[in-house]
Amino acid sequence: MADFEIPELPTYLEIPAINEGVMQGDGPFKSVEEFQTPLGFPGKKIDNWQEVAISKMGELKSKYRSVQVFLDACVKCGACTDKCHYFLGSSDPKNMPVARQDLFRSVYRRHFTFAGKYFPKLVGAKELDDAMLDDWYNYFHQCSQCRRCSVFCPYGIDTAEISMAAREVLDTVGVGQKYCNQILGKAITIGNNLGLPEPALRDTLLDLEEEIEEETGIAVKYPLDVKGAEILLITPSADFFAEPHIDGLIGYGKVFHQDGVSWTMSSYASEGANFGMFIGSYDVMRSAALRIRKAALDLEVSRIMVGECGHAWRVAYSFWNTLSGVGAGATDEHAMKLQQQLDSRYPQPQHIIEYTYDLIQRGKLEFDKSANDDRTVTFHDSCNVARATNMGGIPNGQFILPREVIKAVCNNFVDMERSTIMESTFCCGGGGGLLTDDLMEIRIKGAMPRMQALKEVEKTNAVDTLVAICAICKSQFSKVLPKFDFDPYMIVSAHQLVSEAIIMDKPQKAVTAEIAETAETAEAK
Amino acid sequence: MLPKFFEFFENYMSVVSIFFTALFYLSLAIFLVGMTRKIYQYWQTPVPLKIPTAPTPLTQTGVVMRMAREVVLFESLFKSNKWTWLFGWLFHIGLLLVLIRHIRYFWPGDLPEVFLLIQPFKYAAFAMVIGLIGLITRRITVERVRYISAPSDYLMLLLLLIIGISGVVMSFTSNHTDIIMVKNFASGLLIFDWANLPTEVHFLVHIFLAFSLLALFPISKLLHIPGIFFSPTRNQVDDSRKKRHISSWALKQEQEGQVILNETLGKDK
Ligand code: SF4
Ligand code: SF4
Repeated sequence: MADFEIPELPTYLEIPAINEGVMQGDGPFKSVEEFQTPLGFPGKKIDNWQEVAISKMGELKSKYRSVQVFLDACVKCGACTDKCHYFLGSSDPKNMPVARQDLFRSVYRRHFTFAGKYFPKLVGAKELDDAMLDDWYNYFHQCSQCRRCSVFCPYGIDTAEISMAAREVLDTVGVGQKYCNQILGKAITIGNNLGLPEPALRDTLLDLEEEIEEETGIAVKYPLDVKGAEILLITPSADFFAEPHIDGLIGYGKVFHQDGVSWTMSSYASEGANFGMFIGSYDVMRSAALRIRKAALDLEVSRIMVGECGHAWRVAYSFWNTLSGVGAGATDEHAMKLQQQLDSRYPQPQHIIEYTYDLIQRGKLEFDKSANDDRTVTFHDSCNVARATNMGGIPNGQFILPREVIKAVCNNFVDMERSTIMESTFCCGGGGGLLTDDLMEIRIKGAMPRMQALKEVEKTNAVDTLVAICAICKSQFSKVLPKFDFDPYMIVSAHQLVSEAIIMDKPQKAVTAEIAETAETAEAK
Repeated sequence: MLPKFFEFFENYMSVVSIFFTALFYLSLAIFLVGMTRKIYQYWQTPVPLKIPTAPTPLTQTGVVMRMAREVVLFESLFKSNKWTWLFGWLFHIGLLLVLIRHIRYFWPGDLPEVFLLIQPFKYAAFAMVIGLIGLITRRITVERVRYISAPSDYLMLLLLLIIGISGVVMSFTSNHTDIIMVKNFASGLLIFDWANLPTEVHFLVHIFLAFSLLALFPISKLLHIPGIFFSPTRNQVDDSRKKRHISSWALKQEQEGQVILNETLGKDK
């Protein structure tokens, strides 16, 4: 990790004066052949990379209307220039959303527009040379694809779309990012980002069951590969291990237990996260999504549910129906089979927050809210959930439902400053494939705006707990909180709060053994 | 036939008029062909994924309302930056009113009465000019905006400003042009009954730049006008769980089975 200064937290979030080149650099570690090949990308920078890159740009802009329209429509009004947390935290002008897009746009103009071909200087058109490619690699890996800029652009220009396109071009010429591509390799061959095979996963879950039983005396089960279960839970693999994630998983298990529903996870598709989105590859994203469809078909479940993970929920909510037909309307044979199999009374897929919220509404869960009385809680809207999905099918449900769940289990809740939450939420600084130690500098700088808003409620309301419903946010905060003088353990899952307050009065059920029977009785009633 | 044609020009039209008449048709042709091509390009480029940005509308009516708020009120820009919004909106609304008022020059014969309603908006030109001056000032003085500006960004504003100021000079100072002549020339362009135009410099500058602007549309950032309507983050309904959204190329790929789902059950039973 290079030497850099951790930004001081200002009382008010100020827009910095620009500081050219502060974040100039080589970017994150580059991917190597071993990780590139399984995804179908060249192992190293190819010889005729310029030619290939330009034709890939042409292909992408003809396949994605977003890319074509966004490249043309920007008027350089500057409205987005102060909206990116990476710019606010680093002051590098190339981290202003429009300037980031311009790295791509200037090449587009040079090669695909009249003005750029004949008057390059006039319109700022540039050649894709080595220096430009290096800038692409560096600065498109300083974008967490959080879409905050898109909220504020008069034309909705979404820099995330441009970042994704640029990363796909980079992969196509053999300049991939190690972190994302290595993880994707594991996800599409083994089934999860950690590369955790079935026996190891099974052991982990058994350990967890034992632990919970020891602690609470209640046999909360974590079923794996149970055919005929009602719900298939797809959750980020971080939930299986690390703090604070695992406390969320404990919470999900308790809620399922309390509801008495039969559920399972799949060892074949044990990952909610889908890094295919980060690298902008439709095909890779689709192959990861197809594993989940296959697991659902094989396990004959009637509901698919997604755990606390931001971009997983974006892919699930917004893209699954497109990619693999989880939902309604797909016409291929497997998707049609799935449509018949899934219970149309529930939204498919459903978020675990939607599920818990619904149970609370129907009075099926009881809580001892005082169990969380030692906390004053605030909620961090994770960018993918906040800006790219919905919950509950009601306008702005993605903001309302998690807050309602938290308020149902905890007495002290305050929101952070309005301009830093909901659709305007500041990214944690680690999303979009940036959650790697080789990007620590930008991660810390990018976290500054969120940390500033948090500091504010810490001062005024004595907030000591930060809730997030995203595995990336949770990991990122655990790392960066101490850099800004916060307790690293103040970040928790929403379902950890649920877990602490829930009253477990259900008689124990043998969930795994008589699963078929339970499923039948569930249907009968 | 041919000599007669030239005779017409010699007798009736000055060289300047011929030049501007030709320029008008050329610009108009570039505008029409260019814009049709761009709009067709946007139209037929698929949108493979659902990507509306929050706060998302859940229904088609919601999308129409959202788009209306964006186009009429510049809602997102308002959220973003009040100064840019103020100047940007002043400029656009001023320009719109001024354009509507210009219909009277192009309308052959007497103007239908509805257009009289717009007469009080004579001063809209000032809103336009003030807006433009604000935008230029911002572009020069705000460091971040300066950083992202190319020469064309300044030129575009300058072009509009000169058009605006020359227009104001004609309407509000003693430098009036012969309105009847202007009307004959302008409406003549539309009904192919060409006429001479006034030759005051500020008028010629005004229409030269205005015609050029028309030609610049399809090759410049003025494409933001069709662009906004095609922007997927703004024009999509947030209903992905209910309705399948799929692009032509993805469907084709799916049908050809490019990513094959293996039939075997793998490790799980
Ligand atoms: S807000 Fe939109 S139009 Fe304005 S500079 Fe940024 S990307 Fe361009
Ligand atoms: S998507 Fe987020 S990280 Fe990327 S440029 Fe926009 S605001 Fe910055």
